Amino acid sequence: MSTQAQHSKFIQGATGDWEIIVGLEVHAQVTSRSKLFSGASTAFGAPPNSHVSLVDAAMPGMLPVINAECVAQAVRTGLGLKAKINLRSTFDRKNYFYPDLPQGYQISQYKSPIVGEGEIQVDLTPDHSIKVGIERLHLEQDAGKSLHDQSPTMSFVDLNRSGVALMEIVSRPDMRSADEAKAYVTKLRTILRYIGSCDGDMDKGNLRADVNVSVRRPGAPLGTRCEIKNVNSIRFIGQAIDVEARRQVAIIEDGGSIDQETRLFDPARGETRSLRSKEEAHDYRYFPDPDLLPLEFDAAFVAELEAHLPELPDAKKARFMADYGLSAYDSGILVAEKETADYYESAVSHGGVQRDAKAVANWIMGDLSAYANTQGLSVAQTEIDASSIATLVDLIGEGVISGKIAKDVLAIIIAEDRSADPRAIVETRGLKQVTDTGAIESAVDAIIAANPDKVAQAIAKPTLLGWFVGQVMKSTGGKANPQAVNDMLKRKLGV
Amino acid sequence: MTDPTALTLAEARDALVARKLSSLELTQAYLGAMERARGLNAYIVETPDQALDMARASDARIGKGEAGALEGLPIGVKDLYATKGVHTQACSHVLDGFKPTYESTVTAQLWRDGAVMLGKLNMDEFAMGSSNETSYYGPVASPWLPPNWSAAQGRAALAADKRGLLVPGGSSGGSASAVSARLCLAATASDTGGSIRQPAAFTGTCGIKPTYGRCSRYGMVAFASSLDQAGPIARNVRDAAIMLRSMAGHDPKDSTCYDAPVPDYEAAIGRSIKGFKIGVPREYRLDGMNPEIEKLWGQGVEWLRAAGADIVDISLPNTRHALPAYYIVAPAEASSNLARYDGVRYGLREPGNDIAELYEKTRAAGFGAEVRRRVMIGTYVLSAGYYDAYYVRAQKIRTLIKRDFETVFADGVDAILTPATPSAAFGIGEKGSADPVEMYLNDVFTVTVNMAGLPGLVAPAGLSAEGLPLGLQLIGRPFDEGTLFSLGAVMEQSAGRMSLPQPWWG
Repeated sequence: MSTQAQHSKFIQGATGDWEIIVGLEVHAQVTSRSKLFSGASTAFGAPPNSHVSLVDAAMPGMLPVINAECVAQAVRTGLGLKAKINLRSTFDRKNYFYPDLPQGYQISQYKSPIVGEGEIQVDLTPDHSIKVGIERLHLEQDAGKSLHDQSPTMSFVDLNRSGVALMEIVSRPDMRSADEAKAYVTKLRTILRYIGSCDGDMDKGNLRADVNVSVRRPGAPLGTRCEIKNVNSIRFIGQAIDVEARRQVAIIEDGGSIDQETRLFDPARGETRSLRSKEEAHDYRYFPDPDLLPLEFDAAFVAELEAHLPELPDAKKARFMADYGLSAYDSGILVAEKETADYYESAVSHGGVQRDAKAVANWIMGDLSAYANTQGLSVAQTEIDASSIATLVDLIGEGVISGKIAKDVLAIIIAEDRSADPRAIVETRGLKQVTDTGAIESAVDAIIAANPDKVAQAIAKPTLLGWFVGQVMKSTGGKANPQAVNDMLKRKLGV
Repeated sequence: MTDPTALTLAEARDALVARKLSSLELTQAYLGAMERARGLNAYIVETPDQALDMARASDARIGKGEAGALEGLPIGVKDLYATKGVHTQACSHVLDGFKPTYESTVTAQLWRDGAVMLGKLNMDEFAMGSSNETSYYGPVASPWLPPNWSAAQGRAALAADKRGLLVPGGSSGGSASAVSARLCLAATASDTGGSIRQPAAFTGTCGIKPTYGRCSRYGMVAFASSLDQAGPIARNVRDAAIMLRSMAGHDPKDSTCYDAPVPDYEAAIGRSIKGFKIGVPREYRLDGMNPEIEKLWGQGVEWLRAAGADIVDISLPNTRHALPAYYIVAPAEASSNLARYDGVRYGLREPGNDIAELYEKTRAAGFGAEVRRRVMIGTYVLSAGYYDAYYVRAQKIRTLIKRDFETVFADGVDAILTPATPSAAFGIGEKGSADPVEMYLNDVFTVTVNMAGLPGLVAPAGLSAEGLPLGLQLIGRPFDEGTLFSLGAVMEQSAGRMSLPQPWWG
């Protein structure tokens, strides 16, 4: 844990600096076909109560049976968090009454979780990263959903989510700002997506966080924390932390004290509100679930999962820097999504040829990302094949087209045909760069002849050569090789 | 054949296979007997149409030579077992109108083997009770008349509130009463603290609670999941062995169910017990023990010794902690298991102005006094600040009790002989109204077995001076039910066949 927080991270109160302490409990829906303890489907968006087994509806005499795939996903995730995998863990019942909780208890892992302590490296800037400790990861059931807008007098319940597997990933209170918390969740989501254990889709509620916030004078002991429940976007996590920290500072500076309580963040009003105080906190009466045996597996099971784990973002980033000579910044951007990283690699080595790695990175992070962003897609989702990017880079490298023309070719591909071969477009549309010195020479001569005053100026001030290059390019429809034009102009004007 | 209901399950099976009797005839005889015995209140639902259909199908299979192990044999089912499309309420008001869309594994296996369902049997609400008096459907009368009662007195009491008649024990009181009154060949029952064995002892029948995990709990309404086990009540040891073979077996739908083949338990009947080491635990000799029970126990020891068994004194030092620990563990689990009966999805719903009121009114109206008491005890012992003092300590005691048994078994003891109950059956309305512990003490000899997860068999061992049935309990090693059947058969034979009560009830 970084105790030497940087000064810039402190927030200014009326009476001095305050340090924010943040810890997160992230609930990540496990990617699995069926639920944690039943065979019902986990598919999203089905009509209400269409994915509900007898177990999920808590019919009398029904018993939970653990889904091995959910266990494997939790272990994979634990490995991705460099965490201790517990070969023996147990399930407990968390008892409370709510209509969307049919059993009257949630099956969770309270005493001994499947995954113990781990750590995530979170990059804040290309050259500054922090380590956030993971306290534990445990498996538990999701609840159903209460629907209050279906009838004027009744509430309805949709149990499709009831019993879906969640991983609760609990961090240590190692974050010192909203930005650090946001970066942590972003990184955690990247890891989950790499592993394939959670799709990280926050819009569907598949990843959500309980945010613990407290403030203290720099270096002072930890203050009383408040827990902000169920924040469902990274942006809101940041906002919630900032407003909650300011609320706490204001109270303390006014001579008050913070009550430990559970709060809700209201993004519309930009404030947190009390949900329940410590005194009103539920007594969950945890006890071991007698319907389930301890969850036990051997080291070989873990080793097998580890052997099939994909390369994780930190390792991939290091490899991109080493193998492709990319900067930390570029590598970080490219590996943020596994599909983008894969796209990059397939473009770099398309056709078994290694091409200019930096040029490929620039295309992907530049024009392609810009287009993808306007569509709300990831790079890999644009349907523009990595081979097209490779070919564009090749065409430039071969001197067939200029960078400018290459951008035009990409625009044509996007507008007209995603599967079109850039080489064919260049060919059929006559976009080939003019390297024929005769053709360039006549264009250069024509421009020199037409602009004697500019010639005089350029001879006096060679930086004006650029104007001539531009004119020649214009007259050749951009197809002249700019380097050839430049060389010829210099020669003709004697500069 | 005059009365086919006089046949035991094994005898009826053989008669059916030999075509001396059809399942339809047998089933009709039982349906008639059930109708005449409605006053006992053993069945809360009769399923005659289903029974006759199943009997005809069985006769057809017997005709084709495809008879299963229980082909055409009519049995009763405790209301705790989910039976598809048929009333399943664990005799609670809170499950009003509940008919499951699914079948319990145990009953599904019985039907797979050809058994015929006669109906659902009365029980203590959610299996919480030792006298079948907590049932929402009213108490069950034992077919055994109280000492010196005439048949007419018995009928008069049945027509009134049954007070004075004997309890059949509980919670499987309907099962025990029906088997003893010959209203079925055998019945399913369940045992969390003695609910198979105590009713068997009270009615002169044989009951076995197998090892925890021997039978699937899938589709059994849960009381205390770590203690609940299915088992049969039958007229004798052999019949119980035949029933258990069909009921037991691995089920992937119950994670606590044991994955191992089920032996032919019937083959254990008649096996020599020569050289078997039988432990007699000194801690079961309680202060102020009923001398009749103590005498019977001594008698049991002599029978087994006479058959060649070695009798050894053993010590199970933590026995006295078992009952209090049980009354923490079982209610704790029950308080959580019964949370699902909330009026939201099925069963009783008492409307309220908000969800909390709906819960409160539904559960207040739906649960009887004993269930409410145990839910409250369970909630209390799991609460923050009390958990360590009660639940955690009770679990430690449970471990010690288990260890006691492991130690004697490691010393070569094959089985343990104990009394089954502190007394013979008592009267309806006689016990527990002022102090529930008076009722809880019925389980003093049986709860240790559930706490340790071991198999326990109660076989009829004789009659009290007043002519009421008494049983003895045999406790075995884990998954060694076979030895219990061998020993039980010896005891039963030594005791001499007990004549079942004559049908005074109608």
